[in-house]
Amino acid sequence: MSPTPNDTAIALRRALIGAGAAALAGIALAPGIRLIEVAQARDPKRVASGEVRWGLLIDTTQCEPGCRDCIDACARENALDTPIDNAQRPHWIRKVELKEIRTGRAASAPVMCQHCADPPCVDVCPTGASFKRNDGIVLVDRHSCIGCRYCVMACPYKARSFVHEPVTNQNPDVPRGKGCVEGCTLCVHRVDRGQTPACVDACAAAGHGAMTFGDLNNPDSEIARRIRAVASSQLRADLGLDPGVRYQGL
Amino acid sequence: MARSSPTHAATAQRITLAALLCLGGMFWPPVSRAGGERTPLPAILVEGGGHCLAPAGEMRRRHPDMLKHQRDRTVHLGERGTTVNLKECVACHASRTTGSVIGSDQAFCQGCHTYAAVQLDCFECHSPKRTTAATSGPAANTIAISARAKR
Repeated sequence: MSPTPNDTAIALRRALIGAGAAALAGIALAPGIRLIEVAQARDPKRVASGEVRWGLLIDTTQCEPGCRDCIDACARENALDTPIDNAQRPHWIRKVELKEIRTGRAASAPVMCQHCADPPCVDVCPTGASFKRNDGIVLVDRHSCIGCRYCVMACPYKARSFVHEPVTNQNPDVPRGKGCVEGCTLCVHRVDRGQTPACVDACAAAGHGAMTFGDLNNPDSEIARRIRAVASSQLRADLGLDPGVRYQGL
Repeated sequence: MARSSPTHAATAQRITLAALLCLGGMFWPPVSRAGGERTPLPAILVEGGGHCLAPAGEMRRRHPDMLKHQRDRTVHLGERGTTVNLKECVACHASRTTGSVIGSDQAFCQGCHTYAAVQLDCFECHSPKRTTAATSGPAANTIAISARAKR
């Protein structure tokens, strides 16, 4: 059936409304705050929704080799800096530099907790301290972590580290202390406020824009649009863990 | 049945007396002696002095349960900005000089926990320092619980 002139008019009107809404959403209310972010921010008193799955897309073609902006921002946000010697220093993000020997092509990518849909750290945790939140963020509940480090062994991404020394000067939003295992929280305290993780902000501020954060389940989110449009892959996809972090251009 | 000898009766009497004294001791809580000046009490500085979530007596008794229930909901479910909130406790009760709820026997949390000999583990991981200015109560409301805790 061919569309009647009336249908075409309705479609046109819808397209215009959509474009208008998109333009309105992009309007900056104040520096750094846009209407779209206000609309997406959830009521902090509500529990994390299972309809959302937070994820990251990392564009390795934009990731500058040797740049440590995301790692530094992570350390600042989560107060990771300690006088501990380097071998025992907790790391939430590692910068991995890759080079294909045959072609000489080099790529660089930050690797953090991949926030798997089927996380092996949760499977092995004897106390239930490793858990996956409804919205897909994999966390350690330090109240029940006994520091056995099974999860450190189980994680194929080397994403977990152990705190060896007493910690002071924590960020009030990020409690962390000696004797517990920890890893990237996807800046859950910021996400719950409707913000993006600190690494993503730092990457954008540095002008690289190599990291995109968003809801993988929402087909209209930027991350969902991008993973639909460009080829991206999961690290060690053969393990079938379905990580929430995807890499473009590896 | 043979009657017990006088020595036995005296022993039994003594044992009964001792048992009664012990029992009496159990129901004679130290509170009754707390009125006297000889009993040490925690000398904590209660800053802020505004109203808390519940009356002071209830807060003293129930604050561990309140925090324990809420922490699981916050960590596992992502419920934030609730009335029971350790960050807000610290923001209100931290000392105005040191900005912390621990660090000395006058500090709000440590003072009482040392007195009660209850290990204070929260601040092994949580920040004991205030980041934002307390919203309620001027510094003039500082109260020292010294001789008699009547709040």
